[in-house]
Amino acid sequence: MAQTSVALGGNPNSGKTTFFNALTGARQHVGNYPGVTVEKKEGFLSYKGTDIHLVDLPGTYSLTAYSQDEIVARDYLTDTKPQAIINIVDAANLERNLYFTVQLLELGIPVCISLNMIDAAKKRGMSIDDKKLSRLLGAPVIPTIARSGKGKQAVIEEVLALVGNSQNNEKFKISYGDDIDRALIDMEKIISDNQFLTEEYPIRWVGIKYLENDSQIITKGNQFNTAISDHLLEIGNQLTKHLNVTLDTYPEALIADYRYGFINAILKQDIISRVHDENKLLLSDKIDKVVTNRLFGPLIMMAVIYGLYHFTFTYSEIPVGWVGGFFEWISNFTSSHLNDGLLKSLIVSGVINGVGGVLGFVPLIMFMFFGISLIEDSGYLARVAYMLDRVFSIFGLHGNSVMAFIVSGGIAGGCAVPGVMASRTLKSPREKLATILTVPFMNCGAKLPVMALLVGAFFGKNEALMMLIITLIAWTGALLTAKLLRMTIISGPSTPFVMELPPYRLPTLKGLFIHTWERTWQYIKKAGTVILGISIVLWSLMTFPGLPDSTLAQFDAERQAIRSEVSVNITDELKKADQDNTIELSTAALLVKKALTKVDLKEAGIALKNSFAGKIGTSMEPVSKLAGFDWKTNIALVGGFAAKEIVISTLGTAYSLGEVDPDDASSLGDKLKSAPGWSPLVALSLILFTIFYAPCFVTVVAISKETGTWKWGAFSMVFNTTLAFTISLLVYQIGSFFGLLAG
Amino acid sequence: MSIVNLRNMEINQTGIVSSVNVSGELGRRIRDMGLTKGVAIAIQGRAPLFDPIAIRLRGFTLSLRNNEADFIKVEVKDQEIN
Repeated sequence: MAQTSVALGGNPNSGKTTFFNALTGARQHVGNYPGVTVEKKEGFLSYKGTDIHLVDLPGTYSLTAYSQDEIVARDYLTDTKPQAIINIVDAANLERNLYFTVQLLELGIPVCISLNMIDAAKKRGMSIDDKKLSRLLGAPVIPTIARSGKGKQAVIEEVLALVGNSQNNEKFKISYGDDIDRALIDMEKIISDNQFLTEEYPIRWVGIKYLENDSQIITKGNQFNTAISDHLLEIGNQLTKHLNVTLDTYPEALIADYRYGFINAILKQDIISRVHDENKLLLSDKIDKVVTNRLFGPLIMMAVIYGLYHFTFTYSEIPVGWVGGFFEWISNFTSSHLNDGLLKSLIVSGVINGVGGVLGFVPLIMFMFFGISLIEDSGYLARVAYMLDRVFSIFGLHGNSVMAFIVSGGIAGGCAVPGVMASRTLKSPREKLATILTVPFMNCGAKLPVMALLVGAFFGKNEALMMLIITLIAWTGALLTAKLLRMTIISGPSTPFVMELPPYRLPTLKGLFIHTWERTWQYIKKAGTVILGISIVLWSLMTFPGLPDSTLAQFDAERQAIRSEVSVNITDELKKADQDNTIELSTAALLVKKALTKVDLKEAGIALKNSFAGKIGTSMEPVSKLAGFDWKTNIALVGGFAAKEIVISTLGTAYSLGEVDPDDASSLGDKLKSAPGWSPLVALSLILFTIFYAPCFVTVVAISKETGTWKWGAFSMVFNTTLAFTISLLVYQIGSFFGLLAG
Repeated sequence: MSIVNLRNMEINQTGIVSSVNVSGELGRRIRDMGLTKGVAIAIQGRAPLFDPIAIRLRGFTLSLRNNEADFIKVEVKDQEIN
């Protein structure tokens, strides 16, 4: 039997997603609508032998062509033509919610209204005559409580009944006043006579959209038949002139007025009876008095943001440790069961480290999304936007951008991958893009060891102050760059802020978990394959072409020479220690081991110089020297594209120190301090470069996925590196000229 | 009775919207949220930096930037002149 297709629509904060979860449980799937980054949630349920395919439309207040969410919702309804719509309506906020309902009814698809959160409405002293409302709207109205699932069966039964007798459907029609109605009658005749867009849309609806100047419908109309489209536009223009003269208004405004008028006319017929005044201060408003207070508001906000940060990065440490430990174990296990050589190197350094790198972020992402969902679903996120918008809008961003900045390392030590993903809470496209492109400047946890190394070695006395300055530089750079981008390539007026401050609500645990899991799974699925591929490419860059046989033979000979001089006992001891690293070596054996390691390190250093990455580093030296970087630093920066902390280990290899533990970089610091060509000025230049240059490739992948195009991923690599080089170049050249920080 | 700009209203002041004079996306958003001619509003508060502004209408709270409030004229009761 064929599936019944049903769409779920409604305002944001109406409990739509909770209702969707109540209906479908775990049987849901998240994807994207074709060609856009808007999430598409689908679910399945069976009711008395009928299979229902349910699509959760993006939560919107209206069905205009101004936002991607609205276009997606509208296109789904008109193109896929679901057999019925469940419209979730917040019972306590009926008037504005019905504005969306009216637009759904005008589309002509059968609508079942779920009068949701009826319990909250009761608590506010409201009771709603659902039967009368149903009669006046000509659509079934069922009181529900999404949280507990109350009323969901009744809704499904009504939906199936609606699908069953579709001929029963009376045409829903609002009167928009004499002037508009007369114009609409003319337009309807033209539209139906010419079958103008009638395949997809209801006749009267097309007329209304022409009067509303709806860009999407007018474009489609022009493609369909320019002459008729022009004719319809002309009728609209005549009406606009007439309304302008007689009423000092325009059709679009008048249509909205009449829609609200229609709703008011219904509600006035004793639909709602209240115990209290409509605008009585509710608990939520009382909370707001404190939470958005001029003095306490910012303090509480700082505490909440810091709490989110702490939650994401401190509590995730334990699972991050598990994931890290697990991959270390696999890595060791594989190492001990494979012979030395390219295959082993590929599997351990390329594949296992690559996959480990991807999955290493998973606990972070889960914690971050859990925290943000909690803040978002409770209604607090809207208050954050409300309080911070004044600051962020100066730079062409939105109050909500702050979350992405903080998670990325606005408080030093975050991570840009979940940071870029946190931008999902932004609904305004230009502000969202500017946020995504600038959050990678924040000092993520992987940049910190690099900073700590350089600051410790070259600015030892003022360590704490320098770290603070670095954080401020990152913020300043990010905000100014955002402004620059918003004035150039992402220019355009700021998206209207106009935003509901929803009542505070306790989020449901089920909702939080589903939400968190969905987004984490999406990350694993989408990023996994790409990141594994790039990881292997980066491994190749640092490994190939390898050393010529003659050089390898030379190093082998050196090792052989060391071994041949020692006794059999020591050779045995070393062999045993290779298999079991708990054995403590004798002093003599340790000395031999050290000598051997020294040769290995020298070999690794020369191999790195000889690799593609090394060649890139060497060939760039003439240019990079202008900012103070030698070829060794260049290789390290190339390696830093894989993950910023690799800058340290690669510098270590390049300076033939072998694998340097990022937590214990003091030896490398000392080495750099005494190395020729290094000075505090070079260190400063490198610090600035590290803040601003290309994000690590996992972030680049996240940027591409989040913006829906590789173009922006590529842009962030090229633009950020250019910006970073310019800054470092200026600082180094000016510093050298005046002889500053020469050490 | 006098007509004032929504931006200039004080906290807890009430009034009736007399015109929303903006078209395009902003106009549409404002109207979609129920800020239409004739609706009763009350100023609920301002953000700590005095912008945006939060208003109460049709039983819910809406916030908008000051420069967005500029397009909205509100009829208010005359204040007592001291």
